[in-house]
Amino acid sequence: MWKYFLPLVIFGLFFLLLKTGMNDIMEGKNVNELPSPLIDKPAPQFELPSLTDPSKTVGNASFANEIAVVNVWATWCVGCRQEHPFLMKLAKSGSVPIFGLNWRDNQAEAQRFLQQLGNPFVDSAFDADGRVGIDWGVYGAPETFLVGADGTVLYKHLGPLNQALWDEYFVPHIDAAGNTK
Amino acid sequence: MIPEIGHFALILALALAILQGVLPMIGAHRNNVAMMSTARTAAVGQLVFVIISYACLTWAFLQSDFSVAYVANHSQLALPTMYKVAAVWGGHEGSVLLWILLLVGWTVAVGRYSRSLPDSFVARVISVLGLLSVGFLLFALLTSNPFDRLANPPADGADLNPLLQDPGMAIHPPMLYVGYVGFSVAFAFAIAAMISGKLDREWIRWTRPWTTMAWIFLTCGIALGSWWAYYELGWGGWWFWDPVENASFMPWLIGTALIHSLAVAEKRGLFKSWTLMLAIAAFSLSLLGTFLVRSGIIVSVHAFATDPSRGIFILSFLGIVVLSALLLFAWRAPSLDSDAGFSPNSRETFLLLNNVLLVVATIVVFYGTLAPLLYEVLDIGKISVGAPWFNKVFLLPMLPLVFLIGIGMHTTWRSHKGSLLTTRLLIPAIVSIVLGVLIPGVLYGRFGVMVSVGLIAALWVISTSIIEPLRSWRRAEGAARITPAVLGMSVAHMGVGFFILGVTMVSAFNVETDMAMRAGETVEVADHTFELRELREVQGPNYSAIEGVIDIRKDGDYVAEVRPQKRQYLVQKNWMTEAGIEVHWNKDLFIALGEQLGNDTWSVRIQYKPMIRFIWFGALVMALGGLIAVTDRRYRSTATGAETT
Amino acid sequence: MKIMLGILTLSLFATAAFAIDTEEAMEDPALQARYEKIIDEVRCLKCQNTTIKDSNAFLAGDLRREIRRMLEEGMTDDEIFDFLVERYGDFALYKPRASGKTLILWIAPALFLLGGGVVLVNIIRRRMALPIDVDAAEENE
Repeated sequence: MWKYFLPLVIFGLFFLLLKTGMNDIMEGKNVNELPSPLIDKPAPQFELPSLTDPSKTVGNASFANEIAVVNVWATWCVGCRQEHPFLMKLAKSGSVPIFGLNWRDNQAEAQRFLQQLGNPFVDSAFDADGRVGIDWGVYGAPETFLVGADGTVLYKHLGPLNQALWDEYFVPHIDAAGNTK
Repeated sequence: MIPEIGHFALILALALAILQGVLPMIGAHRNNVAMMSTARTAAVGQLVFVIISYACLTWAFLQSDFSVAYVANHSQLALPTMYKVAAVWGGHEGSVLLWILLLVGWTVAVGRYSRSLPDSFVARVISVLGLLSVGFLLFALLTSNPFDRLANPPADGADLNPLLQDPGMAIHPPMLYVGYVGFSVAFAFAIAAMISGKLDREWIRWTRPWTTMAWIFLTCGIALGSWWAYYELGWGGWWFWDPVENASFMPWLIGTALIHSLAVAEKRGLFKSWTLMLAIAAFSLSLLGTFLVRSGIIVSVHAFATDPSRGIFILSFLGIVVLSALLLFAWRAPSLDSDAGFSPNSRETFLLLNNVLLVVATIVVFYGTLAPLLYEVLDIGKISVGAPWFNKVFLLPMLPLVFLIGIGMHTTWRSHKGSLLTTRLLIPAIVSIVLGVLIPGVLYGRFGVMVSVGLIAALWVISTSIIEPLRSWRRAEGAARITPAVLGMSVAHMGVGFFILGVTMVSAFNVETDMAMRAGETVEVADHTFELRELREVQGPNYSAIEGVIDIRKDGDYVAEVRPQKRQYLVQKNWMTEAGIEVHWNKDLFIALGEQLGNDTWSVRIQYKPMIRFIWFGALVMALGGLIAVTDRRYRSTATGAETT
Repeated sequence: MKIMLGILTLSLFATAAFAIDTEEAMEDPALQARYEKIIDEVRCLKCQNTTIKDSNAFLAGDLRREIRRMLEEGMTDDEIFDFLVERYGDFALYKPRASGKTLILWIAPALFLLGGGVVLVNIIRRRMALPIDVDAAEENE
């Protein structure tokens, strides 16, 4: 007799699953977003020619022993233009150094972009063929990483940054790192 | 003005739907003839207003009225007229309107073809369909109004998605929706039965043709989608196990199980509560599919861009509908159990096997489609479950099922006399095994286990299906002819066999090569030569394209010329690939342009696809079988009442 | 806003024109065969549900190039998949790994079939014991 209630129970559980999924979406979750498997792992090692001065290199050594932001950008990326003013502001405040990873871009155009709109980066690495991007699990620009002083990836953000997002997601990690120093 | 009329018509339709949903139900409860008779009238009235509304939206497209937001988003001035008409269902809001139109269409059809059914039953059925209408009309009016106006209309629209600017697009969604929505009829029949507490042979006899009709359309709709994806998306695949594809496939699997379950119910009065369950499940899966596509909860190429609030609405609607149905089920189903039996060697057993395996297959597809969501919600991780998984595990229930078809068709009810594996099946078995093992090597140059298993299965199903029609054909004059029901069954099963044949051969012997070519060059693939004679620019009504003219030859003999194109649509600026396909009964030669590599050099993908047409041919034959079965006289009522078998 | 979202997503949808490898096939046909199988199992992370084999996006091209390099360096299929999972997570693989938290995905279908078998046997057992010469009652109240 009670077996006839089984479909109801099964459906109930399933409905809960869908409801929870929808709740997440209502809160702004995007199903196309990929969480990074690099969190709490050592940042991938790289050393690339600098975008602005190809005789120099940019790599993990550039920001060793300090907390730093690594921002993946390109001139063809609309969101990168959107967040650029904020990056300039962040760089000016001097709280955390910003390093750029210029991803799959045209070197001349990228240099021109920085000249025209300003350069918030301590320096930018020029990743012409995207190999380093792949190592960092980059799949779309802009992406912004927060790397701790010990070289661990603390946080990854997808999409353009702004003050609100910075305050909500990056600052807590920075404060925590500051406190443990 | 016209869009406002369309909007108003929807509101009026809603009013009538509410009446239709409430009055007949109360009337059936109180045995009030006047109230019950409002059912058919209200349904027709609702249809009239929905047609007006739909016509208004179509008019807005034909007039290129870009003050209507939906038109501005899905059309442009230069869009060919045929696609302006098809664009009505090219986006979310319009497709909801199409859904409503078809739902009311089915409702009116039920009202029309139900004269010999008891009034209280028809009243309840139409009432349930009316309540479903209410749900969808509210959905349209509250969250997805196609008639919303733009304050500042653009001079030209955003164009219909180029992928949808294709004849296949014109037929696939309507056909699919007719099937999808058609299962609401079986659902309504089930609800009506549960409310009344009666589930007799009459009920079963009336449910069968409606279920089969919905199934036929769904079969065609899915097949059309597969065929269209094949030639339009340009990668030569025909099924990707995309969540939205699965969303249409699951109702189909359950619908197939339902058709078979109804057979047992009609013959022996068994499996009644199970049949109810399937009827509820089929439509619930249709609703679930609608939810998945429009909620944003899954990653899919098919997903409509949409508000999460729409997802919440459909989810709530789904919850209410299924919850009510399952409550009714828990209440009424226990009384439907019976004490009739059957031997393990019987047709009942085989139909039971059919149902179990089809349900297992549905659960497998369901699981694979929703597992990523489950993992995310439980915060275990973000995973993908794709074609490699589905292709393997789907065979687990389906392979046994396919082999059982051959035997089950020739088993008798209650207790099969003699051995199941009769001499009748001996020849098909031997022929299938011998040909299945030899053909791959002899005709295609390579032997293999999996391809032989598939080929044996296909030939087994085809040869066993042809037995009954053959026997009937060879019987003496005056002896009983094969009934449409049995002929339909045989044809439908043959369709399954053709389908398996196509799938097996193309999966095993598909050849695909990418190469860089410039004008004047020739390459050889799968014993054919392909010469790129020239590359030229062509203009279409709303696109410009680079076209490759390619000559195909075999053994020096000219076969055909194909013209693959790379189109750029002028408004949306995306590049679309139009493949050039040379079609034969036993193979397709599929050529597509990739990218421009340099001066006059293009990358070209050439595919040789043996027997691929059988995939869709098989599906069509399945649908044909269903159509034949539906014409059986036992489903038609005479003036004096329904015939009994 | 909604309109922009609609157009954006529609245009993402529309770039489903597939990709064609612009490089020559690898010399070793065995490697080429492995390559073709692998790229059919890796998701194009930028796209709405397509493999890197069928995708036009430049990331897909980059990943295909990496996979070729790894094959030529002699990495096994598993090592290549590990490489991708380390960087992009399990989401990148259309064929879930048969270990760890996705092992259940491969066991479950067999369990479902088993469950179906149990149900089947129970029903047949029950019906065997009942009289076969009667049909179920016509009406149920």
